[in-house]
Amino acid sequence: MHHLPSAAQIFPDGGTMSKTTTTKKTPQNQAQRIQKPDKSGIEKAATGIAGFDEITFGGLPRNRPTLICGGPGTGKTLFGLEFLTRGITVHGEPGVFVSFDETAEDLANNVKSLGLDLPKLIASKKLILDSLRVDREDYLETGEYDLGGLFIRVGSAIDSIGAKRIVLDSMEALFSGLTDHTRLRSEIRRLFGWLKDKGVTAIVTGESPESSGKTREGLEEFISDCVVYLDHRVIDTICTRRLRITKYRGSLHGTNEYPFLIDEAGFCVLPVTSLNLTYPASTEHVSTGVANIDRMLDGKGYYRGSSVLVTGTPGSGKSSLGAHFINAAALRGERSLLWSFEESEAQIVRNMRSIGIDLEPSIKNGSLKILANRPQILGLEMHLAIMYREINSFQPKCICIDPISNFTSAGTVSETKVMLTRLVDLTKSKGITTIMTYLIRGGMPGETTETGISSLMDTWISMSNPEFNGERNRLLSVLKCRGMPHSNQVREMLLTHHGIDLIEPYLGPSGAVTGAARKSLEASEKALAVEREIKLLRKKKDLENSRDLTEARIKMLRSRLQTQEQSLQPEISQAKSLEQVKVEDRTRMGATRSSAPDHKPQEQR
Amino acid sequence: MKPGSDRSEVWEIFLYIAGETPRSVIAFQNLKDICNTHLAGRYTIEVIDLMKNPTLAEIDQIVAIPTLVRKLPKPVRKIIGDLSNTEKTLIGLQIRPVRPKNVHQNAPRNVS
Repeated sequence: MHHLPSAAQIFPDGGTMSKTTTTKKTPQNQAQRIQKPDKSGIEKAATGIAGFDEITFGGLPRNRPTLICGGPGTGKTLFGLEFLTRGITVHGEPGVFVSFDETAEDLANNVKSLGLDLPKLIASKKLILDSLRVDREDYLETGEYDLGGLFIRVGSAIDSIGAKRIVLDSMEALFSGLTDHTRLRSEIRRLFGWLKDKGVTAIVTGESPESSGKTREGLEEFISDCVVYLDHRVIDTICTRRLRITKYRGSLHGTNEYPFLIDEAGFCVLPVTSLNLTYPASTEHVSTGVANIDRMLDGKGYYRGSSVLVTGTPGSGKSSLGAHFINAAALRGERSLLWSFEESEAQIVRNMRSIGIDLEPSIKNGSLKILANRPQILGLEMHLAIMYREINSFQPKCICIDPISNFTSAGTVSETKVMLTRLVDLTKSKGITTIMTYLIRGGMPGETTETGISSLMDTWISMSNPEFNGERNRLLSVLKCRGMPHSNQVREMLLTHHGIDLIEPYLGPSGAVTGAARKSLEASEKALAVEREIKLLRKKKDLENSRDLTEARIKMLRSRLQTQEQSLQPEISQAKSLEQVKVEDRTRMGATRSSAPDHKPQEQR
Repeated sequence: MKPGSDRSEVWEIFLYIAGETPRSVIAFQNLKDICNTHLAGRYTIEVIDLMKNPTLAEIDQIVAIPTLVRKLPKPVRKIIGDLSNTEKTLIGLQIRPVRPKNVHQNAPRNVS
C-alpha cells in the first residue's frame, strides 16, 4: 500500500496551520475553544433554521460533520442550503456548497422558489456553489489514487471566501461513481478529519431508503457527532414532514419527531417539546373589544397572554366577538393576527363591516394580518408549523383563530387536542393573548367541547342563540375566567350596526327574559303601570268629589242652622220682652199695694 | 474511424497531480512508458499540479488524484489511478482495439 498523503501534505499552509491548533483535542484545549459553552459543553454553530436550533440547544456541532439523511425528496439539500444561506445572512459565516448530483445552475433555480437567492450571495463572495459530477461512465480506474482533486477543490473554495460552513450533497454519489469503495471510505474519513482541522462545520447528506433510518452506504460510520433524519409520511392523503435527531454526541437534544415545513419561506422546524409550563403570568388586562363584556370580566377584560375559548352554536356571534378583540388590538397599535379557517380575507372584511368593524385600515397599515385557508389542505402538524413560523415572523400580540373546531377534519380528536395544547403553550410562552372560537353543534350541551380542550383555556365565554317563542336570541355568559371575578349573568347580546352590545339583564317575575319576551313583558308591565296610574287618578278624583260633596253638605247644614236661628230670633226676643213686661207689671202692682201695711203680702210670696 | 487508428493523430494527454507525491511520480512514469511504447512521437503530456493551480481542477471535474485526461483524439477520456495496470490503461486510452462496451468495468481490478 502506498502511503496516503495527509491533509498537511496537500495543504502545507492551511492544513498544518489548523492542524497545530486542533489535532489533539484534549478536554482542556477543547474547552478553551468554546466561546459560549452550554450545558452540553460542546461548541455549536447555529443553523438559523427556525426551530432547529431550539431542539438542538444551539445548532450543529461546530467544526464537525453532521449527517442529514432521509429518503428522496425529504428536504436534505434544502436543509443544507438553508444552513449555508442563514449562516451567511444571519451569522456572517460564508459557506461552500458542493453538489455531487446537480449542476450549480440547476440548484440555484430549484431553490429560487423557496426564497433563496443564491446568485446574489455568490456575487457577494459569501457563497460558492460547486458541482462535482462523478459518472462511472467517464472514469476508468487503474491503480492507486486518492481524492486529492476533491480536497483541492473544496480547499480552494473554502480558502477563497474564508468559509466556515460546508455542505456536501450527497456524498453517496461518489459511491456510485467510483468502484473502489474501500479506498473511497478511507478517503471520506480523511476528508472529514481534514474539514474538522480546517475549522468548518460540515453537513453531509445521505440517501436512506424509506423509513430504514440508515443511509445506503453507511455514512453513519464516518460521522460520529450528529445525525439528523428527515422523513415525510403520508397519512390519509395528507403529507407531514418530520425530523428527528437520531444522534448528537455530547449534547442534549430533543428526541421526538418534530414536524417541519418547506415552503416559500424555507425550512421551519416546530420545536414541540421545547415548550413547557414555565411561561410568566401577566396581571395586565386586555380589552375584549366590547365595553360591556369587559365589565363582565372584572371591568377590564382578559388577562394579557391568556387563552380564551369562545364556544357557541352556529350564528351565535363567535367570529364577531373574535373580530372585536382583534380590531381593538389593532386599533391600539398592537400587531394582531386573525386565522380564518372558514372565510376568506375579503369575506371577513365585508362581513365585519356590516357590524361596524372596518378591518381594512388596520390591514393596510400592517397592524392586522389575516391568514385564511382550509384546515383540510394540510396535516395538523403542518398547520402548527405554519402558525409557529407566522408567529415568529409577524410577532403578534393578539391572535384570533376562527374556528379551532374544524381541525378535527384534518386529524383525529386526540391529535387535535395535542396540536391545540402545543399551540396554546406556544402563544402563552410568547405572552400572546389568544382567542379561539369553537363551533358547538346544535343540540349539544353548551358546556362540552368535542376535543375536551376547555381545560387548556383560561377564560371560557359561552354563546348561544336558543330558539324560544318563535325567535332566536343571542346569549352570552362567562363560564370561567381563571384568576378574576366575573359576572355570573347570562346576558343578551345584540349584533348592531355598531358592533356587539349587551343589554342590561331584564329580570321578570319568572326569571331573566330575552328578546321579544323581554319586550312584551316590558310592554305589559308598562301597561299595568299605566292602569295603576289611571286607577289612582280615579281614586284621587273620587276622594276629591266626596270631599266636595261633604263640604257642600256642611255648607247646607250650616245655612239651615242659620235660617233656623234667624227664624227663632224674633220669637226669643218677643218672649224676652213679654217677660219683662210681666215683671214690670208685677212691680207696679206691688207698689200700689204697699202704700198701706201692704208690704206683707209681697213678703208672703 | 476509431480513435487511435489514425497513425497521424497527435495525442494530447493531461495528467492532473497534487504535488510531487510518490504516487504522482509513479503515474507520470507509467504514462510516459505507455506513450513511448504505443504512441511514440505523436503525443504530448501536460502535467497539471493542482497544488499550484487549484482552480484548474474545475475544468476537467477532477475529483481523484492522479487523473489522466485524454483531450485528443476526441472524445475526452478520463482514467484515475497511478496507471500501474498497463492493460487497463491501454483500454481506457483506447490504444488497443476496443472490446465490447462496458467490458472494462468488469475487468479484474488491479491489485497492487
